[in-house]
Order: sequence, then C-alpha cells, then structure tokens
Amino acid sequence: MKVAISVNGRQVEAEVEDRLLLAHFVREVAGLTATNIGCDTTSCGACTVLLDGESVKSCTVLAAQADGHEVTTCEGLAGADGQWHAVQQGFHAEHGLQCGFCTPGMMMAAVSLLAENPNPTEEEVRTGLEGNICRCTGYHNIVRAVLAAARDGQPAQEAS
Amino acid sequence: MSIMGTRVLRTEDPRLITQGGVYTDDLRLPELTGAAYVTIVRSPVAHALITGIDTSAATEMPGVVAVLTSADLPAAPEGGDPTAEPLLAADRVRYVGEPVALVLTEGRYQGEDAAELVSVDYDLLPAVPGIEAALTGETLLFPGTENNILGTGTAGEGDDVNFGGCEVVVERTVVNQRLAPVPLEPRAMAAAWTGDRLTVWSSTQNAQLARGAIAGAIGLDPALIRVIAPDVGGGFGAKVAVDRDAIAVAWAAKHTGHAVRWIETRSENLVGMVHGRGQRQTYKIGGTRDGRVLAYHLDVVQDCGAFNRLGVFLAQLTVLMAAGVYDFAHAGASFRAVATNATPIAAYRGAGRPEAAAAIERAMDDFAAEVGMDPAEVRRINVVPPDKFPFTTATGATYDTGEYAAGLERVLGAAGYPALRAEQARRRERGDTVQLGLGMSVYVEITAGDMSGETARVVVDGTGAATVFTGSSAHGQGHHTAWAMLVQDELGIPMESITVVHGDTDAIPEAIGTFGSRSLQLGGTAVVQAAGVVKEQARRVAAEMIEAAEADLELDTAHGTWQVRGDPASALGWGQIAERAGPDGLAADARFDASAPTFPFGAHLAVVEVDTETGKATLVRHVTVDDAGRILNPVLAEGQRHGGIAQGVAQALLEEVRYDPDGNPLTSTLVDYAAITATELPSFELVASETPTPINPLGAKGIGEAGTIGSTPAVLNAVIDAVSHLGVRHIDMPATPEKVWAAINEARAAR
Amino acid sequence: MIPAPFSYRRAGTVEEALDLATEAGEDGKYLAGGHSLLPLMKLRFAVPEVLIDIGRLAELSYIRDEDGHIAIGALTRHHDLEYSALLAAELPLLAHAAGRVGDPQVRHRGTIGGSVAHGDAASDLPAVALALDATLVARGPSGSREIAATEFFRGLFETALEPGELLTEIRIPKPARRGWSFQKFTKRAIDWAIVGVVVQGGRVALVNMGSVPMRAAGVEQALAAGAGPADAAAHAAEGTNPVADLGASTAYREHLARVLTTRALAEAASRN
Repeated sequence: MKVAISVNGRQVEAEVEDRLLLAHFVREVAGLTATNIGCDTTSCGACTVLLDGESVKSCTVLAAQADGHEVTTCEGLAGADGQWHAVQQGFHAEHGLQCGFCTPGMMMAAVSLLAENPNPTEEEVRTGLEGNICRCTGYHNIVRAVLAAARDGQPAQEAS
Repeated sequence: MSIMGTRVLRTEDPRLITQGGVYTDDLRLPELTGAAYVTIVRSPVAHALITGIDTSAATEMPGVVAVLTSADLPAAPEGGDPTAEPLLAADRVRYVGEPVALVLTEGRYQGEDAAELVSVDYDLLPAVPGIEAALTGETLLFPGTENNILGTGTAGEGDDVNFGGCEVVVERTVVNQRLAPVPLEPRAMAAAWTGDRLTVWSSTQNAQLARGAIAGAIGLDPALIRVIAPDVGGGFGAKVAVDRDAIAVAWAAKHTGHAVRWIETRSENLVGMVHGRGQRQTYKIGGTRDGRVLAYHLDVVQDCGAFNRLGVFLAQLTVLMAAGVYDFAHAGASFRAVATNATPIAAYRGAGRPEAAAAIERAMDDFAAEVGMDPAEVRRINVVPPDKFPFTTATGATYDTGEYAAGLERVLGAAGYPALRAEQARRRERGDTVQLGLGMSVYVEITAGDMSGETARVVVDGTGAATVFTGSSAHGQGHHTAWAMLVQDELGIPMESITVVHGDTDAIPEAIGTFGSRSLQLGGTAVVQAAGVVKEQARRVAAEMIEAAEADLELDTAHGTWQVRGDPASALGWGQIAERAGPDGLAADARFDASAPTFPFGAHLAVVEVDTETGKATLVRHVTVDDAGRILNPVLAEGQRHGGIAQGVAQALLEEVRYDPDGNPLTSTLVDYAAITATELPSFELVASETPTPINPLGAKGIGEAGTIGSTPAVLNAVIDAVSHLGVRHIDMPATPEKVWAAINEARAAR
Repeated sequence: MIPAPFSYRRAGTVEEALDLATEAGEDGKYLAGGHSLLPLMKLRFAVPEVLIDIGRLAELSYIRDEDGHIAIGALTRHHDLEYSALLAAELPLLAHAAGRVGDPQVRHRGTIGGSVAHGDAASDLPAVALALDATLVARGPSGSREIAATEFFRGLFETALEPGELLTEIRIPKPARRGWSFQKFTKRAIDWAIVGVVVQGGRVALVNMGSVPMRAAGVEQALAAGAGPADAAAHAAEGTNPVADLGASTAYREHLARVLTTRALAEAASRN
C-alpha cells in the first residue's frame, strides 16, 4: 500500500508492505537510523519517536497507521540552524548517554514528558521514563539531564 | 593546569545526540547494498537428536537466497574435543536457541517467514535443566564422557580448610542466579567480499580477537579478513570477540559469496547471547564470638550452559577472589563447572568476581548475625589493614593497594549509619508494616587480569592535529574523550585537534580490546607511552630546526609549542615540527604490558524499605565508595559506577533467567526478564576515593565493573536485614516480593 | 518481531468498519491503538489475515457528561482518560487507572475499547469497568446492543462480543459512593499487575486473579453486611482461581488479594 508520512517536516511517500512497522519506515524508507530497535515486546522504548507531537513506540505502530501524520525523530530535534534542543543539551551536559543506543528514544520520550509536564519532580521523571530501558547509565544522569532540560528552558532559546 | 582529573564532557556526544550512532544494522555502505538478510533457525527444544532437516519449502519461497545447515559446513576433524561447540548444530541440540540453520533472504521481512518454513525433526532427549540435574549425571550432554563436569579447580586450602579453634561455624548454600546481559543493541554482524578479502562489521568489544576467531573457525587466512567494530550499543562482556552465531553469519558470506547482514531479535538475544553468573555456592565461615573470622571455605558449582565458553574460567576467578577483602588465617575454595541444557555462560559485568563478593559478603553478615554483632564491626575486625599491602590472600591473589576499612567508614559516614540504625530500631519497636533494612559490602575485585597488554599508536600530522589509534574498543565508556585528554596532557595538542580511532583491524592490526575493566590502565598507558615517544621524536626534530641542544628545549603543554627554555620567540608548533619530520609526520607505536593485575575496591551501603505484608523491597538510598586509583575524568568514572550499580541492584532484586524442568526458557522476552528501569532505582550517592596503584604510570585501576560487584551483596544484605528481626536469616537472589514474603512466613512458623 | 503478512484495510466510518469485518469474516481483526494486538502479532501468537484499522474513527473518541452517566467512546486513548478534567471530577478512579496502564508511549496509543475488548484478566481497565458497573455498547451488522460489564468477560481473552461486533462506547453511571482506590501490585512499575484490586464505593474488582476479571463477591457481601475493611478483605480470594506463573504462586496471589483489598478499602473510605 502507499503511505505518505511527514518525517521531521519532510514528506516521505512510498509503496510499502501492509505490515511495515513505523520503526522500519523511519529507518529504511526515510533513511533515518538514529531511531533504534531494541526489543520485540514494546518494552524497551529505544524506538520512541513523536507521532503528532506525542511519544509512541514506533515498533508497535504500523506505517499505515501513521499515514498522513507527522513523525519527529531524534534527527529532527535540533533547530534548523543546528541549535540543540534543551533535552539534547541536557543529555550532553549531564553525561546522560554512554553507548548511545537507547538515547534517541530516551530523548524523544523526555521531550514528550516535558511537553506534558514542564516541571517534573525527580520521581515524575523516573515514572515518565518507565517505558525506556537503559543498560549503561543506571538512569542517574538521564534523570539529571531531563531535570536540567526542564530548568534551562524550551528549545532554541538558550545559547548552548 | 593539567586536564587530568578534571570533569570533561564527552567528545562522542554531539554525533550521537544529533544523528544517532551508526550501529551495525545502521550501516548503509556500498559494500552492503543488496546484502542478504540472515535469519537464524534455532532449536525450540533443550536437548534432542536432530533426525532430519527439510529446507525445501524455505528454499522455494520467493526471495530466499540460500538455506544453510551444518551439512554445508566442512566436516569437523575426527577425534576432536567431544565437548567442542559447532557453528551449527549437526546431530543434536543442547539448548533452546541453539542455531540449527541459516536462511538468507533478499528482504528483511522475509527472513522470519522463510525461517518458519524450515522443518526440523527433533527426537527429544531428557533435559538437564540446571546444576542439580547436571551433577546427578543421569543424562550426559556429551556422549563418550563420564559425567557433565567440564572442569574443576581449587584455590588456597581447597576443600581442606582448617576450622580448628572456631567457636562458631555457619554453613549455607546460596544461589548466584543466571542473568541475561541485555545490551540494548542485540548481536549484529554484516560481511561482504571486497576483492579477495572478507570485510566483517561486528558489534564486538574486540575486533582483532574477532578476526582471529572468525579466521580459525571458517578456515580463512586472517590476512584476508578485515573486522570493523562500528558503534556498539553496549557489551558488558557479552560481546567479547565474536560467538558462534556471528561466526556462522560470516561463514555464510564465505560460503555463498554473497554480502550478508544479520541482527537478532531481543527474544533471540535472551536465549542466544551468553548468560552470566549461574553458580550454586556453599559457604562455611567460622570464627570466635568476638567477631574474628578464622576460616572460610567456598564450594562453587558453576553452570556453564551447554558448552564451556567461559564457565571454567569464571569459576577460577571466583575461587581466586573468594576471600574478598579479608585477612583470614585459613581459606580455601573449590569448583566444579558443569554442562547443562541451557544457554552457554560467559562474561557479564564482573565475570566471576561478583559471585565471589556476593558469597563472602553474605557469609560475613551471616556470621555477624550468628555472633550477634553489627555487620560493620565484624568487617572492621577482619579486613586487610592498609599497612599490609601488597597483600597475598589465602586464596592466592596478590592485592596491590587498598584502604578497605577507610572505605567502609566513609560510606557509613556519608550514609549516616547510626541515624539509620536508630530509625530501624524505632520502626521495629512500633511494628511498622514498612521496615528499614541496611546492607553493606566491602569488596575488592581484579581488573586487567588477562595480562595480555594493549597497543597504541600516536600520529601528529603537518596541521598539528593528532590521531590516536588505540587497541581499546569503547562501547559507551568514552575512551575517545579520555584518550584525547591523555594526549592533550602529554603533548599540549588541544582535544579538539585529536581524533581517536579504534576497532578496525586495518588501522590497528594488533590489539586485545576492552573487557575486564582493562582499558584505561593498559590502553590508556599505551597511549601515554606512544605520545611520550612522539614527544621525544619532536624534541629531536625541534632541536634541529631551532639549532639548539635537546636538553635546552621544553614543551609548553599549555600552548602546544616547543621552544628554547626562556626564549618564547623560538617557539615552534606541532604542525611545523611534524611537517619537518617527514611526509608521515611524527608517529610512534607502543605496547604496554602491566606486570600484574590491579585491584579496585570499595564499600557500598544500601538502604531498603520492605513492606512486610507484601514482601516488596524498595531501594531508597545507595551510597558507595568505588576506588579505582587515580581518576582521569570523574564524569566518565561516575557514569561507569552508576551503570554498574544499577546492574548489581537488578541482580539482587529483580533479574533472573529461568528455565522449566524441560529446559524451556521462561524469561525469553523483556516482559518476563525483569530488566531494571528508572522507577526501581534512586539516585546514587557516590563518595570519591582514589588510592593509586604503582602497577602503571597512570596510577589507575579499572572502574567499569566495580559498581556491580559492590552493589549486589549490599542490597541483598539490606533486604535480609530489614526482616532479620522477624527471624529471617537468608533470602536467595533475586529477593522478589514473594521470596521475601515466603521467608517471613517460614521464620514465623519456625518460632 | 515481524508480523506474518496481512492485508490492511482502513475504515472511514463505523458502518464501513462493520462491512469490512463482515467481508473479512474470521480472518479479520479490528485494529485500534494496536497495543494489545500488534505485540501478539509481532511474536506471531496472533496471525489475522486482515486488519481493519478503526483508529481514525474520530466519532468514537469522546468523554461526555450525559446526565447520570459518563459516556466514553471506545477509541478514547488512555492518555486522554488520564488527563480528562471531567473524569478527574466524576470518575477519578478511571482517570487514575488509565494513567497506570503500561507507560506514557503506550498510553498515547492504547484505547479503553481496545483494552476492554481484548478481555485480558491481567489488564487493569476491564477490572475497572467491573468496579464501575459499566455498560458496554456494541454495534454489529444487526444493530446496537448494550452489555453489562458483569456479563461481558466470558473466559480467557474471551468477551461477549460476537465476531465482527465493534465496541463503540463504555457507559459508566456516576458513582453514588465517591470513595475509590486502585491498588496495582507489580515488581517493576511497567509490569502487568501481579494482582490488582479496584474499589469504587462498595464494589470491589480483581485484576489477574483468574482467567477473567472478576468482582470480589465475598468482600462485597461482607461490606454490605457491615464488615470493616480487614474483615471484608479476608474474603478477597474466595471464588478466584489465580494462576501460578513466573510472576507469582497461587498462594501468594491469594495473599496479595487480601492485603491489597484491605488497603484499597481503607483508602476508599478515606476518600468518601
């Protein structure tokens, strides 16, 4: 079937298998490989993207379901001028990533969390990221990164 | 001011944060255009004879490029080791998940469709699902052997430990359960022919070792193999070199001439990637009522899984480290490593040392409970005092440096131990539903124990930029940042002008790679040494250029310039000197072989709350000292501690690989395997501590696994401590709510 | 990890969805948020040949105050339930429970209708529907009908829905007694409940205590007869048949049911 999905503001159209997962549409059809696949039971969250601004696990969405909708991935977080999103700044400043595999999904989950709860407590950050598994960091610095992003403002406002 | 020891953010981050890493399945190289996707057909049963494989339906499916089985492999030589592990199962399977066939398809999505069409006939054999069954010897995994024992060994006094003079002896059998490493990136590999060479991209911690393993297994000259490690999404020891699944994929490229690519699913990963731990331990600890331990014995039965990948070696490390941080007059340990119909066991963060620490730290608490003393006091009495280093333990390890008592004091101080005990007492008196538990560990571990050294090459070019070729192989550790810090410190070339290269056998032909927390002490030292040689080369060239004596020259590392001492006008930059040195600039190779391993140590204090009605334990605070000698970059070191602690807590409270009596895995998805998430953990409280080692010029030990080793026993001890007033003396890991509840009931019934 | 091949059909209206379902027959399944169905399909535990995507039927996503009851469209997402001001005021139990389903990403996709129609005794919302005495409204080729929640859950993953029938609305009477509690016991926050207890007033429902979500009849009767929380809760495991699985033994589940019921009743009482 034919699908047309706006990915990071760019219209991507393709003829795809009905069963194509959105995660593979992003990676293989749109050619954006930052979004990773870490499990097959909707558990790990590495594949998290924004669908119409809300975090979803792209491995559990069919490309067909996203047809005509907007997807934002890690590659679309920074501003057009290259200015990092506050979440990206936070992850760097607080050493919130090590191997980086969970990071794109983790950051997208964080972006969505802060959109819904701009001033979370530590506990709310941990609960807000319950759908994302990291094996490297022990979450300590990820929490700090998200809290820093919440403190330091919205995207494309602060100097990096 | 020197950059050493300062907080430097990672140079790796910008790329990872804005574009994402390029992991093996992300590769979109011309060589891999049109690569066939490999899907592995795996055994669904634990132990069976293969009586037939019908690949015809799969072969006929549109899009299938090839279907390969062991029949396509070269025949194994006669008279080999009967317990050797094949690439693809031939006449029998020995664990659920064992590779039986490979299906190559044009399209990614066709792989599972085609794999379903491969029909394998299995004649079931009785399963040996775990250690107890293996020890009976009723069913043997390997025909022609006498039993399921793959190896044995001892340390110290072995099984003849002298318990004379002990007023109190405690003996207990405990479990150190099987774990799954769960790196977020599963195993992955790609391979393609370029001319007469096979290029392999592998999610590995050791490209060079992987090349050797592939070459040997598929019968190709190593010179004809190039192995590249792309970005690797976590390893934790489970991606050391390359395993049979990945080798089989490389072989498929050799056999068919086709480019191939493979990434496993998580369900495959949970049964197909090596597991960790898996020991049944029996400790016996004896001493006097004043808290002095006189003797300690540890019996270990190591579950190897179906093949001895690393089981014997892990058990050897456990018995070597059995005595922990303690100065025991008598100690001994022994092990038997057994084969079971389960996933093979190999290294997983700590690899043999968490098992040793868990046993002795549980035993110390057990002994303390028996003599009615505070576990901190019992430890104080028995730890090796600081003036006895280097210290050779009763089980044969020689520790370089350590401040065990001081570490414990600092952690107890930072935690506010007396106040916590007071709070615990109050809750006990009130009979609160939610009780407080305090658990500690004082631990030591062995890093860079392989004693195989590491390589480095440093090059400075005509622009004044430096390139570091390192034998180390980062998969999240931040080596690029760290090595750039080392070179900046040594040569004064700014970090922004330093590039680090790793994980490519063309660029770095000889290396060992990263595991066992060896990289900074070995790989980092090699970098410093290579930089040191470059520095002396530069001195000679600069002396010529300035027409001065070498002895009169100095390197101003703050500015990265060479000059005659006291004459700034004479200053030359690195670029000028490198250009003068020749078309290849300045370059030096180094190889550092340490004289001995190093022994990081520390202490952990865990504070848990246990709901005594449901049994659920919650970790509310975790305070640590993890001392790995001189710290190069506290940011990186803290990150390693955090990650290590989380995995250790997970073992104590949550994670466990389980099999049913027929050897079927029960925890083969992330729904059932309880990988720890952010909601089960607090933020950690890290106390800084640096006790340098004389073993290497950096004074550095390895930090990567220490957090894991210290945290598991502290958390388990805390859970037990929370309910010890109810009569509970032990709970096996993972201390799940039901286990805690059952222990409370049992203790109540016994009263 | 990749579903078996299937044909995808998209419904623009409820009528069209019903027609597509009739056409597909037993080879077809409705796809709403997909977070019950797609995970099963990815592991190939479910292999429908036709998926009928009803996710764009905006007319089935609503939360309305309808004079004595709250009407919720079957395609209302957990996220929308969680953040609904109307539910916070009128049905805080539902808002709270919806906010505990899965994780935030799951809640952005999963729907109350999908969850209820899936009929998993280990899911939270079916038990909530029972505790709230919900009525399920279903539409089929032969028209609309209403099914009481107490009649809806028939067996393991089996509901009263006929093949092709589409759940369109969940109708919940405004509770006479306002006290509520939701006790979901897990090892990790994202796990399915090992056991869950849901209380609204004098109604008590259980999560994962058998092959269907169920009301704790023994507890309700004891409460109605005037028993206090602890005494009433002692009946929590009566009439249940919890499985023994990786999560827990039968005995532990029965124990948890009693403990959580005690706590739920106490919490509900504090909210009266």
